[in-house]
Amino acid sequence: MKVTDVEKLQQIATEVRKNIIEEVYNASSGHPGGSLSAADILTVLYFYEMNIDKDNLKEKSRDKFVLSKGHCSPALYGVLAEKGFIEKESLKTFRKINSPLQGHPDMKKVDGVDMSTGSLGQGLSAANGMAIAAKLDGIKNRIYCLLGDGEIEEGQVWEAAMSSSHYKLDNLCVIVDNNNLQIDGKITDVMNGQPIDEKFKAFGFEVIKINGNDISEIINAFDKAKEVKGKPTAIVAKTIKGKGVSFMEDQAGWHGKAPNEEQYNQAMKDLVK
Amino acid sequence: MNLENKKATRESYGEALAQLGKENKDIVVLDADLSAATKTSIFAKEFPERFFNMGIAEQDMMSTAAGLASCGKIAYASTFAMFATGRAYDQIRNNICYPKLNVKICASHAGITVGEDGATHQMLEDLGLMRGLPNMTVLCTSDDIQTKWAVEAINKVEGPTYLRFCRLSTPSIYDGEIPKFEIGKGVQFGEGTDATVFATGVTVSEALLAKEELEKQGINIRVVDMHTIKPIDEELIIKCAKETKKLISIEDHSIIGGLGTAIAEVLTEKCPTKLTRMGIKDEFGKSGPAKELLKYFGLTKDEIVKEILDV
Repeated sequence: MKVTDVEKLQQIATEVRKNIIEEVYNASSGHPGGSLSAADILTVLYFYEMNIDKDNLKEKSRDKFVLSKGHCSPALYGVLAEKGFIEKESLKTFRKINSPLQGHPDMKKVDGVDMSTGSLGQGLSAANGMAIAAKLDGIKNRIYCLLGDGEIEEGQVWEAAMSSSHYKLDNLCVIVDNNNLQIDGKITDVMNGQPIDEKFKAFGFEVIKINGNDISEIINAFDKAKEVKGKPTAIVAKTIKGKGVSFMEDQAGWHGKAPNEEQYNQAMKDLVK
Repeated sequence: MNLENKKATRESYGEALAQLGKENKDIVVLDADLSAATKTSIFAKEFPERFFNMGIAEQDMMSTAAGLASCGKIAYASTFAMFATGRAYDQIRNNICYPKLNVKICASHAGITVGEDGATHQMLEDLGLMRGLPNMTVLCTSDDIQTKWAVEAINKVEGPTYLRFCRLSTPSIYDGEIPKFEIGKGVQFGEGTDATVFATGVTVSEALLAKEELEKQGINIRVVDMHTIKPIDEELIIKCAKETKKLISIEDHSIIGGLGTAIAEVLTEKCPTKLTRMGIKDEFGKSGPAKELLKYFGLTKDEIVKEILDV
């Protein structure tokens, strides 16, 4: 069920954001900042772009997604709940003992999680493996991988980038959630990975730069990426960390911290607006 | 044992892989610029479309193998043991073992028998590293034939396995025997009760030579080829502990974490018995011809004989 209406997608993204806050608040831990920055990208992926539904979840031919920045699991679970792959009520078990919703995504525990991630820098390599497997099997699906802008400080990301273009993986689309903040501060202060777009270009990617919190721009970017032949695409998405929750926006401190009750109420109020 | 008929187990691996590739189209092979040495080149020549050279990027190779396995492929990833298990440990742990994906890590050039390349390339901790990982099966084979049996066996395991090879050629031990390889079951040579020598990989033939020499002196030992380090053959270890006067383990690996440790764990909990661990004693390797290094680090027939005679 493809949703093409931008307003409808914005509404879903707001629901995903509420889910994120709900999860992190109930767990009293987790990573809201980077989850909120990526909420629009994940919403467009799962409701507009990817060929994925409850009916084809087990099929080899469906599209796949690797959340390389695995700590943003609240966003992934949040969108999977909106898709109906997991019960919305189960979001309250996030990070609790015996919950399938582990702190970082576990592919063996949750339908719709395509790769277990958490240790940063590994997801793009795994996505490459999926893209290669699809080509070997003659399957026309697409593989998506979301990287954090702090995450790309890991050397393996660039080993993988080299490999994506070496193997001409035009069925692969990388999205960099460029919210400009990592745990210790601005990425440009901690370890400057800019210019991100030029780096991916140099590694042989088609690069598209967008505002990653603008639904229309995200849609257009995915549409364009599909037309690229003979090389992989990287969408460098400028986003705001904590997007949608007033006091979390652009604050490194909200990378891995849960709101208290008062902050939870404020966040939910912000998201109703 | 045929001392004249020598072959490196990595060579046998390459041949076995090419054979399996014919039978199973889901087998894919990855290497990190060492296909000539790990012998995955034999597979690459036959099935170029299913062989992926990942360049000198072991971390990327392991995670890519995980991605392939997540799509139903049986992914064989090979490079030197040092880089496979050392450099890419996190990837093996989090991308392969945690989700229990069907990746076969087959690593060559383990141990001091790498020889002249020296310490930076002589992996002595890989068995320990791999053994500690949940969901991982760990093997180390002793000759050509057993390696072929082992490759067939791991191909049937649904989940990650680590198979360790050395650079050195080893004498043929199982030539002409009917296949009887079972993961987790050690192979006992002889019924001697004076001592048991548990060996693995290149040290099995040394142990068998020691057994022959001791027999001439009227001392009867048994040798156990522990081709599987995990799951370790507890039953056989306990049996030997009860039936023989002395227990020795020998491996081209650190005495910390490998075969000796695995045996000691079983003995401590189930049958407290003294065990002498022969291996590399908490130090790095060094350059030199493999045979001389085996002597230098005390991993030869003569050292085993001395240990048993208590001289």
